[in-house]
Amino acid sequence: MKVVATDREGGLHELSFQEGDTLMQVLTEQDLGVRAECGGCCACATCHVYVAPAWREKLPAQSEDEIAMLDEAFEVEPNSRLSCQILMTRALDGLEVTIAPDWN
Amino acid sequence: MTGERVSTDAVIIGAGPVGLFAVFELGLLGLKAHLVDILDKPGGQCAELYPEKPIYDIPALPVVSGAELVERLMKQAEPFEPVFHLGQMAEKLEKLDNGKWLLTTDLGLELEAPVIVVAAGGGSFVPKKPPIAGIEAYEGSGVHYAVRKMETFRGKHLVIAGGGDSALDWTLNLQPVAASVTLVHRRPDFRAAPDSVSKMHALAEAGKVKFVVAQIAGLEGAGGQLTGVKLKAPERGEWVEPCDTLLPFYGLTMKLGPIAGFGLNLHENLITVDTEKFETSVPQIFAIGDINSYPGKLKLILSGFHEAALMAQQAFHYVHPDKKLRFQYTTSSSELQQRLKVA
Repeated sequence: MKVVATDREGGLHELSFQEGDTLMQVLTEQDLGVRAECGGCCACATCHVYVAPAWREKLPAQSEDEIAMLDEAFEVEPNSRLSCQILMTRALDGLEVTIAPDWN
Repeated sequence: MTGERVSTDAVIIGAGPVGLFAVFELGLLGLKAHLVDILDKPGGQCAELYPEKPIYDIPALPVVSGAELVERLMKQAEPFEPVFHLGQMAEKLEKLDNGKWLLTTDLGLELEAPVIVVAAGGGSFVPKKPPIAGIEAYEGSGVHYAVRKMETFRGKHLVIAGGGDSALDWTLNLQPVAASVTLVHRRPDFRAAPDSVSKMHALAEAGKVKFVVAQIAGLEGAGGQLTGVKLKAPERGEWVEPCDTLLPFYGLTMKLGPIAGFGLNLHENLITVDTEKFETSVPQIFAIGDINSYPGKLKLILSGFHEAALMAQQAFHYVHPDKKLRFQYTTSSSELQQRLKVA
């Protein structure tokens, strides 16, 4: 099972995942510049990604916590998600995401 | 505080959970510690990032919040009278002729000790700087990431961005001082304390503050002089909000900062240590907790606790080269119980 991630320079990466990984864990296995500073407890907004429109509906719903934490992200769009809050399942095989801009 | 020099047994860089437990382990061996932290409170990530989140993997505490863990560690460290130097960054480390190290902070405080313990976690917490093209040109003049003196903003036309406590608190506090305040937040709801939010809405209704639901799209200005912030919102498109000062409050991020220049061997921005003493490539300098790297390292608070205990054993020998260290248990040693102030 794979995730297709677009990095900040536009490069495409096919990343394999197992059921039970969080999307953040999948993205941080390679150095694609995802900081994920809080380690995945929805407390820092540095694992911000954009989900390809076709996949939005297939993802687990956003918690209040995640919506609130996105306040500390920049360039937030309707398809913005914190990748640590997305638990990977078979249904997400082929998921396409773009890594959001980094902080200076 | 500038120009002051303090001498102690160990200087701990970082007052997070591992730095606090290091106070305890050093204290049991009779060593005194001073701590330096860039945050204005002890606790590190536990205090800054997740004070209310539950932690389930601290031995003997089935569940504890970040804030409570810090409170408990502070209590455990209390008998050893740690001295905290908060709100300042460890900036320079140099070896003295007397064999000790001298650590200088960005506020000019000088701490001298035979032992330095780097327990800096993910590095220093610094404000997140939004990735807006050309923002550097205005930093320090039109763009500020923190408020040091309210007077700086007297008579200014401010745009404050963000939805947390910093954004709301500064909106409320700077409103009487500034010429105008526009609060920009991406949605009508806030993470900030509800009381601050109500106060802001009251000021907005009274016409004293302008609240705009939008995101920042760019900056307008020339020659380091900010003239406006370009905003965008789904239904309104893009427009320019005139202002001379922007205060973006998007929380904090972590940077290794000056520690990278301390001359310690690094591996992927982490400090390499041995696993007997958790000493760095430079004698008398230790690294414990999330900031260190060794084969099999797990970034867990409990790993940092273990590392602190072993670090203290070697630290003792640097502070007291001629003394023998006797291994003792707190359950039975009257000496340890005296140090713990329970006997």
